[in-house]
Amino acid sequence: MSDEHGGIFDGLIGAESAQWAFGTDFEDPLAGVDTTVPDGVDHTELAEYCLMLGDDALIMSQRLTEWCSRAPDLEEDIALANIALDLLGQARLLLARAAAADPGLLPALPEGSPVPAEDALAFFRDAGQFRNVRLAEVANGDFGHVVVRLLLFSVARLALLERLRASSDTVLAAVAAKGVKEVTYHRDWAARWFLTLAQGTEESCHRVVTALSALWPLQPELVATHPVELSLARAGVGVDPATTRGEVDAVLDQVLAVSGVARPDHPPLEGGGRTGTHTEDFADLLAEMQMVARAHPSGRW
Amino acid sequence: MNARERAVEVAGQVRDPEMPMLTLADLGVLRGVEVERTADGHEIVIASITPTYTGCPAMATMRDDLVHRLNDAGFPRVEVRVALDPPWSSDWISERGRAALREAGLSAPGPARRTSGPIALTLGPTRPAPNCPRCGSAVTRLTSEFGATACKALYTCTHCLEPFEHVKEI
Repeated sequence: MSDEHGGIFDGLIGAESAQWAFGTDFEDPLAGVDTTVPDGVDHTELAEYCLMLGDDALIMSQRLTEWCSRAPDLEEDIALANIALDLLGQARLLLARAAAADPGLLPALPEGSPVPAEDALAFFRDAGQFRNVRLAEVANGDFGHVVVRLLLFSVARLALLERLRASSDTVLAAVAAKGVKEVTYHRDWAARWFLTLAQGTEESCHRVVTALSALWPLQPELVATHPVELSLARAGVGVDPATTRGEVDAVLDQVLAVSGVARPDHPPLEGGGRTGTHTEDFADLLAEMQMVARAHPSGRW
Repeated sequence: MNARERAVEVAGQVRDPEMPMLTLADLGVLRGVEVERTADGHEIVIASITPTYTGCPAMATMRDDLVHRLNDAGFPRVEVRVALDPPWSSDWISERGRAALREAGLSAPGPARRTSGPIALTLGPTRPAPNCPRCGSAVTRLTSEFGATACKALYTCTHCLEPFEHVKEI
């Protein structure tokens, strides 16, 4: 196949940079895509909305990536890595869309830095500037914990993306249409493992019930409404998460019922990631995720 | 053969980097090839590709391969664009592509799930068990919904005991 992918040696002699480092570089993930802001929509609100959806995916992806080489068996290791990759892809498009809508969001970088816009947002913002829900950021626990986390996350994200397919913003509508297909698999994976563990041994059941109790206070944030979400929902661009509650509850109840696990009634944790209030765990996550990029702000990856 | 027909033919022969038994055209990833003239009169090929999955890491390789092959065929100017809408579906894999998958020991996807409106939770099997592409047995077992790439699931044949990959329906 050497002549098929003739470019591999070009990178070594400096003629073509796209093969370097991670090899995932596509100069602009929105190359040739129309990023005009729809009429009557505030571009800063659209950008902030894209950050919310993009940061959820990015931070969840980062936590899932930490599972790489640590899952109970190879198949689940690969499953978690694939799910993380899907979410990273969604994050990349959404952060690129945020930057296109409002270039004023971009953190300052050294003159001539080749860091693309979506990377600047991922690696050079501080904790208070991230808009992700806290469910995505809290530290990992055992396998039961990641199953519950992914179940709560993907049930809400799928219900949201289903509705976002009707967005008048063509980029959001396209990201949602594609995301629906992917998150359907994530949700099924998490729900099947929840059922398997709940109906497995006393110990495995205890693990998921414990994780459900620990993460339940973070669930309401997924279906709470931020003013920007409400404003964009009215403009036909976004989705008010509150409108997904019926579907989210129905799916969670279905999984809990078939698993024989009672629905917890812990009160929601106050504050919220949508306004930049994050947990202590988030600082550790960002330090690890951003360290290399921040050490080399003019680096080409 | 005019310039566009030539460009379509050259681009149509570029293979998928992860499933090299398929061309990008057979996979349904190559969405369009046009030849336009720039303001200063130069010929430019504009090719559109769409990712199979949003995080597909092969997009850069696909782009580079398209550019190199078209350059080699006498098109010095090539622009590769991303087409996000409509999202890629496994239904777009051509008949020739499905035959090539089977020949390479992979199981081809069945019809994609309907995805309009609320999507029902699937706690049981996502699809009828595919036949083993090696021995043809219908008795196969799902090992994992996620294989070496996001677009494939892993199965094991309970007759010949060989594992095989199934290209997922999306």
